[in-house]
Amino acid sequence: MRPDLDIIQHWIRPGSRVLDLGCGDGSLLEYLKIHRDVSEIGLEISPEKIQKCLARGVNVIEQDLNKSLANFKDKSFDTVLLTQTLQAVSYPDVLIDEMLRIGRNCIVTFPNFGHWRARLYLTTKGRMPVSNFMPYQWYNTPNIHFCTVRDFDVLCREKQIKIISRTVVDHLHQGRWRIKLWPNMLGETAIYHISR
Amino acid sequence: MPESIPENSVGIVKPQCLRFDEPLELRSGKQIDSYELMIETYGELNAARSNAVLICHALSGDHHAAGYHSEDDSKPGWWDTCIGPGKPIDTNHFFVVSLNNLGGCAGSTGPSSINPATGKFYGPDFPVVTVRDWVKSQARLADRLGIAQWAAVIGGSLGGMQVMRWAISYPQRLRHAVIIAAAPKLSAQNIAFNEVARQSITADPNFHDGRYLEFGTYPKKGVMLARMVGHITYLSDSAMRDKFGKEAETPNSANISGNFGRDLRTGQLSFGLNVDFQVESYLHYQGERFSERFDANTYLLMTKALDYFDPTVDYEGSLSKAFEKSDCRFLLMSFSSDWRFPPERSREIVNALLDAGKQVSYLEIEADQGHDAFLLPVPRYMDALHTYLQRVSDEVNA
Repeated sequence: MRPDLDIIQHWIRPGSRVLDLGCGDGSLLEYLKIHRDVSEIGLEISPEKIQKCLARGVNVIEQDLNKSLANFKDKSFDTVLLTQTLQAVSYPDVLIDEMLRIGRNCIVTFPNFGHWRARLYLTTKGRMPVSNFMPYQWYNTPNIHFCTVRDFDVLCREKQIKIISRTVVDHLHQGRWRIKLWPNMLGETAIYHISR
Repeated sequence: MPESIPENSVGIVKPQCLRFDEPLELRSGKQIDSYELMIETYGELNAARSNAVLICHALSGDHHAAGYHSEDDSKPGWWDTCIGPGKPIDTNHFFVVSLNNLGGCAGSTGPSSINPATGKFYGPDFPVVTVRDWVKSQARLADRLGIAQWAAVIGGSLGGMQVMRWAISYPQRLRHAVIIAAAPKLSAQNIAFNEVARQSITADPNFHDGRYLEFGTYPKKGVMLARMVGHITYLSDSAMRDKFGKEAETPNSANISGNFGRDLRTGQLSFGLNVDFQVESYLHYQGERFSERFDANTYLLMTKALDYFDPTVDYEGSLSKAFEKSDCRFLLMSFSSDWRFPPERSREIVNALLDAGKQVSYLEIEADQGHDAFLLPVPRYMDALHTYLQRVSDEVNA
């Protein structure tokens, strides 16, 4: 279990209906099913990952997040999740709006591009950062919309999105006091709990 | 004849005929006083009677879904790719029940049966049966077999419509609904093709208003035509190009045969009204073979059942309302090149289920074979069905 997912589960009401956008192999939804007794739906486009969801007994629908989510009714889910996927979609702002329409509340996690290591890499090498965490080259990365913690805060302010809770963690996924002081510098993963 | 019966086959199977004497009230208001259903079963029912799976057949299917009737059988049942030990519908774990629907022509009571009231063939007097009527008769079959709840009800195409009806009418009686290459109801285009098929049959001079059996004849030409037009709708353009483009000298890089599937039958054009192209002779063959085994009145009935299917009629036109009481989990699958019931039609069902807050999974399988793909061993389709049903088996055999 990715530790950021462990943080998320505490924001999920037991027995609620949860939609996971880009649910991958279904491990988060399976965890939430077991520990939070949720009624789950995941969206995924990779046939291999969909097959893994089926093997876990997680409900999965083959649907592309970059196309319309209009088939989901307003407030039809308690919580809509988007974990480590925001940076890979075509129109993150549109997707966030859609999430807030479909869910009563939403949880978004993304890698913080404002982390000091990314800043140092770009500053000293003059090249797009490549790390264990973000192992792609600029030309083959699925991550096409990187943002920082501060960027996301600004987006929420502009869109008048309510931040219920925000946790920023490092690679050990611990929210140490230093990170709380300098989240955009020291945090590697940002975890937002938002609503309208 | 198979060289020897493969190991993953259910082997030699024997159909059973079950008689029902309680009258069946039909959707049309008519009733059938008594009837027989032809069934086959594969695998063993467990002690808890919880591992039964019902297979619902499509337009031309019947009870013989898997295995062979004798050593001399040239072909196994119609869904042998899916049913057997180690196959997706694994007979090591499931007790599989397959039947010929009411109105069929493979042994269940239908137009070619004798009407006890007149002592003659039912023929056109056999009442129009709907998907709802079939499912009602299938529920009685479940009662007879002592199955209170199916582990899963599974069907493709018209079979998938029966699965939907199960989930709507008998929500407590199935744990899983597997709906493959189906549609919530037919489109105008679908109905149009069915009407061409019906007209082909009824316009045949040997049809005799459906009383051909009394006349000792058969509208063979009409059934052939009906099947030919139907068969075209089951295949995709690209499947036909591949199938009938084998002689293309330069298949292009997109792997589409270079001659657009225009293989000739004899190597040259006849410049007459003869069968010139392979595709023509294939359709003739398919139509011919079908007309030898299928009853014309049954074909008419089946197409009507398709046309009439619309589970929303009792629910103010809302499919999600229709599913409101459903309690099972759903798996839907569609095929990319299916233009008879294309993926959009399956997504309509998925969206209705989402609106109703149901548990649903949906896969859109990349496949070139058109609507026919649901009967073929498309690897991703087989894997998904197998994996899903393995979980079902774990659930019910625990």
